[in-house]
Amino acid sequence: RSRCGGGKGNRDGTGEEMDSSSAAGLSGADPQLQRFIEVETQKQRFQQLVHQMTELCWEKCMDKPGPKLDSRAETCFVNCVERFIDTSQFILNRLEQTQKSKSAFSESLSD
Amino acid sequence: MESSFGSDFGSDFSSGGGGSGKLDPGLIMEQVKVQIAVANAQELLQRMTDKCFRKCIGKPGGSLDNSEQKCIAMCMDRYMDSWNTVSRAYNSRLQRERANM
Repeated sequence: RSRCGGGKGNRDGTGEEMDSSSAAGLSGADPQLQRFIEVETQKQRFQQLVHQMTELCWEKCMDKPGPKLDSRAETCFVNCVERFIDTSQFILNRLEQTQKSKSAFSESLSD
Repeated sequence: MESSFGSDFGSDFSSGGGGSGKLDPGLIMEQVKVQIAVANAQELLQRMTDKCFRKCIGKPGGSLDNSEQKCIAMCMDRYMDSWNTVSRAYNSRLQRERANM
């Protein structure tokens, strides 16, 4: 499940690499703080994606703001979220495949 | 809400451990949570303003007329509705993914 040998991979398409508290240089610190940072980082990642998807899906799903969110728009938003996550996963999976089949892929990236 | 988070943070570090140099983690965590909440609210407001300006203001006049103000008010509510819908949908998807792992 880990990609770079130390990551907490998840399948929501957001792809984390290393532990967030070790990324902050706090490997030896108070475990309570460490846990706190992990939890808050996770929460923030979620929040950020909600902000991003709301913005994107608003463009696709909202015409003229009315007195309430009608069911068609609501469905559009839900579909939009699902398809966004699908897109993200698709990209990660295909990238992984490309790297496996063509070992020269990473070399061409550094050029 | 005050915007003097920097100075508050500094003074609390020194009073936290009575000169022993130890930082109170509980206090830090609470302050960080507040800062995060503020940052999120600001982000929401910024994006909402952007979207509602685009939807509601055509050619900018000398002031916001009544229809523009009504539009902005409705837009704000719809944006919040959308944000909540997205949040719920994303949360459901995450739970589904975890159930499948």
